[in-house]
Amino acid sequence: MGRYTLRRLLQLVPVFLGTTFIVYYLVWGLSDDPFAGKCGQRECSASYVAQMTERYNLDDPVIVQYLKYLGALLTGDFGQTFSGTEVSTLIATAYPVTIKLALVAVAIEAVIGIAAGVLTGLRGRGFVDNLVLVSTLVLIALPVFVTGLVLRQVLGVELGWIRTSVPGDPTIGQLLVPGFVLGSLSMAYVARLTRTSLVENRRADFVRTAIAKGLPRRRVVGVHMLRNSLIPVVTFLGYDIGALMGGAIVTEGVFNIRGIGGLVYRGIEQQDIATVVGIVGLLVIVFLLANLLVDLLYAVLDPRIRYD
Amino acid sequence: MRRLVTIVAASLAVALVATACGGGGGGDDQSARTIGIEWGEPENPLIPGNTTEQNGGDVIDALFAGLVKYDVNTADPTDEVAESITTTDNRNFTIRIKPGWTFHDGTPVTAQSFVDSWNWTAYGPNAAEAQSFMEKIDGYDEVSTEAPTAPTMRGLRVVDPQTFTVALKAPFTIFPLTLGYSAYYPMPQKFFTDRPGYEAAPVGNGEFRFESRTPNQSLTLVRNDQYAGSVKPQAQRLEFRVYSEIQTAYDDVVSGNLDHIRAMPSAALAGDRWRTDLGAGAHQKEGLVTDSLGFPLYDPRFANPDLRKAISMAIDRQAIVNQIFGGVYRPATGYATSAAEGFVPNQCGEFCTFDPQRAQQLLAQAGGFQGPLTLTANSDGGHDPYMQAVANSIRQTLGIDARYTPVPSFSEQRRLANDRGFTGLFRNGWQGDYPSIETFLTQLYRTNASTNDYVYSNPAVDAALSQADQAPDIAAADQGYAAAERLVLNDMPNIPLWSRPVIYGNSARVAEAEHNPLNRQDTTTYRLNPQG
Repeated sequence: MGRYTLRRLLQLVPVFLGTTFIVYYLVWGLSDDPFAGKCGQRECSASYVAQMTERYNLDDPVIVQYLKYLGALLTGDFGQTFSGTEVSTLIATAYPVTIKLALVAVAIEAVIGIAAGVLTGLRGRGFVDNLVLVSTLVLIALPVFVTGLVLRQVLGVELGWIRTSVPGDPTIGQLLVPGFVLGSLSMAYVARLTRTSLVENRRADFVRTAIAKGLPRRRVVGVHMLRNSLIPVVTFLGYDIGALMGGAIVTEGVFNIRGIGGLVYRGIEQQDIATVVGIVGLLVIVFLLANLLVDLLYAVLDPRIRYD
Repeated sequence: MRRLVTIVAASLAVALVATACGGGGGGDDQSARTIGIEWGEPENPLIPGNTTEQNGGDVIDALFAGLVKYDVNTADPTDEVAESITTTDNRNFTIRIKPGWTFHDGTPVTAQSFVDSWNWTAYGPNAAEAQSFMEKIDGYDEVSTEAPTAPTMRGLRVVDPQTFTVALKAPFTIFPLTLGYSAYYPMPQKFFTDRPGYEAAPVGNGEFRFESRTPNQSLTLVRNDQYAGSVKPQAQRLEFRVYSEIQTAYDDVVSGNLDHIRAMPSAALAGDRWRTDLGAGAHQKEGLVTDSLGFPLYDPRFANPDLRKAISMAIDRQAIVNQIFGGVYRPATGYATSAAEGFVPNQCGEFCTFDPQRAQQLLAQAGGFQGPLTLTANSDGGHDPYMQAVANSIRQTLGIDARYTPVPSFSEQRRLANDRGFTGLFRNGWQGDYPSIETFLTQLYRTNASTNDYVYSNPAVDAALSQADQAPDIAAADQGYAAAERLVLNDMPNIPLWSRPVIYGNSARVAEAEHNPLNRQDTTTYRLNPQG
């Protein structure tokens, strides 16, 4: 497994270079005048343009600009935003919030989703099954911003049970509702995935064998059935955690969570190359690592899967 | 392998618990005495001469005090740090400053603090955003280029620690009135000797001191008990909180998580919901912000003033204001707003009045209009609804194929303006810098002015503006500007639409928190209700 892991880690390098270059090129190409609108309704002064052009090497060809940026990045210098804030500081304040939110969302997804899936998958058709199917259908049909705005309005403004926004350094409790909103869609998928997978495996040979051996039902379900049924679910959750670590522009906006999603969004809007590329580069690495972790987890869940 | 699973699960649980404990705000007592203010990330470091946008400006106004201060209700300027501003020829000004003013680091505010600050802002290589505010001072042209031939402006001279003189290039009667703008604030020595230190913890001479800042989250100020101004600050602490969506901030104010909001989301304006929600906390006063639609005069299709007037008269301003802005905005009758000194009502006359018949008549006189008429605005600024309505109004009245064609961002809109790339009407938002009618004219309509996006040029207007600049006193200057405004309106290079009032809201916790007509927060008025 060690060599496999190493190989996967090495694959990170070309992917990282490729994505950051593409993103750099795209942000750079957004507009041919990065200073339009920077100084309000007035035109920027020539000296301001000259200074900024020099600071961000805007006079060089885009490939040279990118290489200079990459060189600085390798020495740990994420660069500065146009407003003179270090991008690394921005990431350091925003990323913990995003991670917290992502973990809360995934925890909610996993716990509620798998529980609902197991419940319906084992019981088969009936009231609970229908209830879960219909409620997940509703969650899937609703866009996240609708769920978010409705919950904020009802729980925050009307009932006053939660704060309508989340403070800068939120506690887990304050992130529960935003986490639920963020994870609601995936939660519905997880429930359905678990249910289908369980229903399929219920008739599998190894389950029949386990029952025939006279194993207690708890062990049949808990060890044999569930562990095998969870492989697609873990794949999905792994992908989802990677995506959630990339921030959530809509949910962050609704609850004013100062996370990484809003930061990237603002960076793109203001054409702040340093912010966008720095964060996206980081997110690419996080995403790839999350996927690697999932692949390694397969081997844990299913001993038949071997790497090397 | 099962051990691994348990370990992963256990560490995840530990992480969750650990972060749960790590959170939690400061002491309740402190937060109970802090006023939370809706805010956005500033675009530049907090340097007065390098800040022209609202977010940075709001904090700078609390951190600094200028030579004059605008009254919170009338915007009339009164001397703040200045003891007197005198002149005999409206070109050479002698400014005496009051003794006893200090910066937050204890160093005194002297004439040199002002002169150094203004010179820094004007100096080309410093690339300050507010550079052009110094352009009237003698010697500006030599220092403002990329390769300056002089280190400082010769028009500024320190006489003694409490006095300095300003020589302008040409007489500018209303100069003292403009000095309340943040670009004219003094700078402490620390800024010149330790710039990174200053940027990390800005030092001013105003009613609040810098306490701390978390980028992209919040910034806190505490009361400056050594403040030398006549009106002392009352609030203990101000916390400027960054919001990405104004609606969230609004809900926070309504539900008591935030104390002050600097604008209203359009959903709250509709049906006057904000007045019901906020009650006594809902505030509105006349401001200095106007919306208008400019013509690209470099496009020969718009050369005829009658055509331009016909389009102006085809817009039913009052109906649009009622429908889209809940009747809160004021239909324009000229370029200036009533909060500006020198404002004359109804300057535009019939040309800004909705009159379908007369509009059709003028259009026929001008020979009609060929092809689609495009109206352009940036769709990231909430302009879509009213631009759509204006296009409809023109189409229905004149039978022209008027279409709203948005561009995605403000920067794209500015790029088109700078490249002279508009092919139809384009939206203009203008925020006056100081409460004078002049701020609505010179920058916009003088030949080759900095924001003359229409490429409008009328020698008579230029002459009228110059004459007003040199008028013997402010009353005469105002009359001159009003005359110039009439001249411009008669050419109609830019269709006035409406003025936006200053709108802000306070939570139930707040006793008072006012903006002045320039839509800048007067933080000396901020105070909470006594705790019961």
